[in-house]
Amino acid sequence: MSITLESACELHPQVALRPEEFGALAYHYGNRRLIFLKHPDVVAVVKTLGEHDTLASALSAQGIEANRWPSFLAALNQLETSEIVRAR
Amino acid sequence: MPASDLVQHMKQGLASPICLTWELTYSCNLQCIHCLSSSGVRDPRELSTEQAFAVLDELRDLQVFYINIGGGEPMIRRDFFDILERAEANGIGVKFSTNGAFIDAENARRLAAMNYLDIQISIDGADAATNDHVRGEGSFAKAIAAMNHLRDANFGRFKISVVVTRQNVAQLDAFKKLADEYGAQLRITRLRPSGRGADTWDQLHPTQEQQREIHRWLINHGENVLTGDSFFHLNALGDSIPGLNLCGAGRVVCLIDPIGDVYACPFVIHEEFKAGNVLESGFTAVWRSSELFTSLREPESAGACASCGSFDACQGGCMAAKFFTGLPLDGPDPECVKGYGESALSAVPVQIKPKPAMDHSRRLVRA
Repeated sequence: MSITLESACELHPQVALRPEEFGALAYHYGNRRLIFLKHPDVVAVVKTLGEHDTLASALSAQGIEANRWPSFLAALNQLETSEIVRAR
Repeated sequence: MPASDLVQHMKQGLASPICLTWELTYSCNLQCIHCLSSSGVRDPRELSTEQAFAVLDELRDLQVFYINIGGGEPMIRRDFFDILERAEANGIGVKFSTNGAFIDAENARRLAAMNYLDIQISIDGADAATNDHVRGEGSFAKAIAAMNHLRDANFGRFKISVVVTRQNVAQLDAFKKLADEYGAQLRITRLRPSGRGADTWDQLHPTQEQQREIHRWLINHGENVLTGDSFFHLNALGDSIPGLNLCGAGRVVCLIDPIGDVYACPFVIHEEFKAGNVLESGFTAVWRSSELFTSLREPESAGACASCGSFDACQGGCMAAKFFTGLPLDGPDPECVKGYGESALSAVPVQIKPKPAMDHSRRLVRA
């Protein structure tokens, strides 16, 4: 996995997020891929990644409990593969 | 959240469509015998440039990521490029379908210079004879000329869009090869008995054996071929084709026609599936609160399909295909791979098949 809890990340600049009841839809204008963010907490973290020096700090700021961090780490790595988020 | 919950959310409708088809004009230089929108002659009520811009501004506010523009032949509109530019300025990606007749060297360069733009060139045969039978004489040569212009202009990866018919199922590999030669992406979609297709469906729709062939081909090539999720009725054959496997009509997709009428999907231009008009209430109100779309988002009944073990796989198939062949919406698809559609069809009297709401076909001139 290339993103770790220590990584500084951000929402990819070519990606638009649209809120939906289940979370959000993310659309990448470059690769034209549509991705479903299936939890509002993931959406909140993804939106604020750019404001934090590490992923851990972004997770803490959103009040995500430590026992959920591994699943967020996996989700963010998936989103990196789809170019929805990237390291900066 | 499990994937099934996500599908449930989509069935209940999204805050805005994922994508939306917008037929810009009923005017067309061709007269394809399966045209979904019975296009030919321009409708005098066609949205003006200003009205079209207002729709694009509303779609921007709804954060619709991209729209599929079609027709008719959309490039016939004099403000076609103005509309593309307004969409681009609004951050709305455009995929437009064209027969290619108006993509000359200059237009190809202009299109290549735009961002957020995909082009789908329609052909319905891998050779002129097969294609022109459906799309009209000379149409294959024009489509190939357009592809050459796009390649010469370095447009990049355009799409070749094929409606699968009884006559071209055997050419699926040839279509793929043609697309590969141009560095293009192949897109194949299901023939619907809509528009003029209602009159030609009997002779054009694939046979049961061919449906199995399409399914096998998609299982083998599906990851590299786009389908617009149109073949989910084939999933009852076993392995699932990549895609959402649900009817998105009025839930995640819809159609705006050239005069601003909003329909549940591009294949149901009929009063019964008209949700409203963008000029009367704006698109947002139609999408979020029209009676029709609200009802399409309610849980559907499996009806006559309830006792069939494949309903979860095929979802009862396509609403439009059922409607225009005169079948009840809560029963089998006319192309049900288990054969229930064929027996249901044999019981439909010819006169009860609904006719499309509008017909913009060119009349034959009498001598």
